[in-house]
Amino acid sequence: MKPFRILKSNFIESFKGVFRNFSLSIASIICITITLILVGLSMFITLNVNNFTAEIEKDMTIVVFLERKVTDEEIDKIKEKIENLDNVKSIAFNSKEDVKASMEKESDVFKTILSEYDESNNPLQDSFLVKVVDINNIGNTASEIEQIEKVSLVKYGEGSVEELVKIFDLVKKITYIAVIALVVVTAFLISNTIKITIQSRKREIEIRRLVGASNAFIRQPFFFEGIIIGFLGSIIPVCLCCFGYDYMYKRLGGKVFTDIIKLIKPSSIIYIVMVSLVVIGIVVGAFGSFRAVRKYLKV
Amino acid sequence: MQLIEFRNVYKRYPNGVSALCDVNLEISKGEFVFIIGETASGKSTIIKLLYRQERPTSGEVYVGGINVARLRNGKVYKLRRKLGIVFQDYKLLPKMTVYENVAFALEIYGLKKNEVRKRTLTALELVGLKDKIRSFPDELSGGEQQRVSIARAIVNDPKVLICDEPTGNLDPKTSMEIMKVIESINNNLGTTIIMATHDEKIVNKMKKRVVVIEKGLVVSDTMKGKYKNEAI
Repeated sequence: MKPFRILKSNFIESFKGVFRNFSLSIASIICITITLILVGLSMFITLNVNNFTAEIEKDMTIVVFLERKVTDEEIDKIKEKIENLDNVKSIAFNSKEDVKASMEKESDVFKTILSEYDESNNPLQDSFLVKVVDINNIGNTASEIEQIEKVSLVKYGEGSVEELVKIFDLVKKITYIAVIALVVVTAFLISNTIKITIQSRKREIEIRRLVGASNAFIRQPFFFEGIIIGFLGSIIPVCLCCFGYDYMYKRLGGKVFTDIIKLIKPSSIIYIVMVSLVVIGIVVGAFGSFRAVRKYLKV
Repeated sequence: MQLIEFRNVYKRYPNGVSALCDVNLEISKGEFVFIIGETASGKSTIIKLLYRQERPTSGEVYVGGINVARLRNGKVYKLRRKLGIVFQDYKLLPKMTVYENVAFALEIYGLKKNEVRKRTLTALELVGLKDKIRSFPDELSGGEQQRVSIARAIVNDPKVLICDEPTGNLDPKTSMEIMKVIESINNNLGTTIIMATHDEKIVNKMKKRVVVIEKGLVVSDTMKGKYKNEAI
């Protein structure tokens, strides 16, 4: 029971501590709040960018058109060759009959035009649909495929889409760095703010040491205090993220500018972001206060 | 081994001041020892070594079987739980009542509430402050504040009570009252008392063992000693 009694009394003590130095606690709480709002924002950006690039990457396909007079045997050989390339994830064969059928379905105009042709004089080409593992290397893979015999033409979403993916990749990296930097800076800021709080309780710590309190015992209330401050600091950001993202999603209709850039549904990421924010707040608060007390434990 | 032993203790502070020079001292259980000397003689250093505020530069200090010189910072509390310390400036917390100030020292043991209450009240009764438990330190006189700090020092039943000039801020009459309290602790509880002071009257009146420190050296160690001018 002893450890629990000590823990309990220290926990109560830490609550008192938060309110005893209210102005300083508020400063720390605001500090954490601002950081967490920014962290939350960055998390939404990163998650959405991730989602978006993943979506695009899923759609990115190299279309390999084969020469008109290619035999079935040759088709198999080409398929094998493409499959053996490094960056190839999957490959699907699209015969000219399939293409014709799907085009006929698409519109009546195509249907009337294509109805003049039959199997022997189909103007379309057999093709492979190739998906790649790493989207950044799609250009190299495409040119490798182009060198294979009996391949007449290789097409992929050159240019714009590729550029877009690159830009998003950069955005993602920048937000990662920004989030980490923010969290670290806040931890030190909190640590300094709590240091001021502790300054006024220096005497209390000193006397505790002199009457035989262990360092762990002295640390406990400050540690809890940091956790409480971190938790209080995460309330506003959590609410903002929760309602803000939902509102934005509805307001924008689930997309940014064009239909291509779709946002993630609020329900599927809000909880992850909320929990992360609370956890980050608590960890930052606890670390900050832990660091701050250290100096005074040498009496 | 005696309760407290100093063996060839040297202490040199980082700023180059040499405070103690080859100090050898033995204090046994239940003794009442005055450590006297002028300011900067090294008597405060002896006191600080006892509760591991400072570490000796060389030599060994044993308190209740613990080698204080080798005690790591994180383990200091083990030593201090065996000690009670009384300071010249009382070191009371102004925002706490007398009762809370004393109970504060018991908090760390995680005792039950009524046990804390019992021991706190016993200690306060011993120093004669049972009727002031709800006062704050500011509302008390210097002597009363010092008595609170004595109560705090003895509330955990220490083997040794270390007093660093406990009467330094008090008038002669109040000083004698404090000395009576300390003496009764020595007599009734059998607590070893080590007291640094430069109060001539007290030393002469108490007739206890006197250790004289001068320029970092033990110059005399006499039973039932007096504060002689020649000795200093």
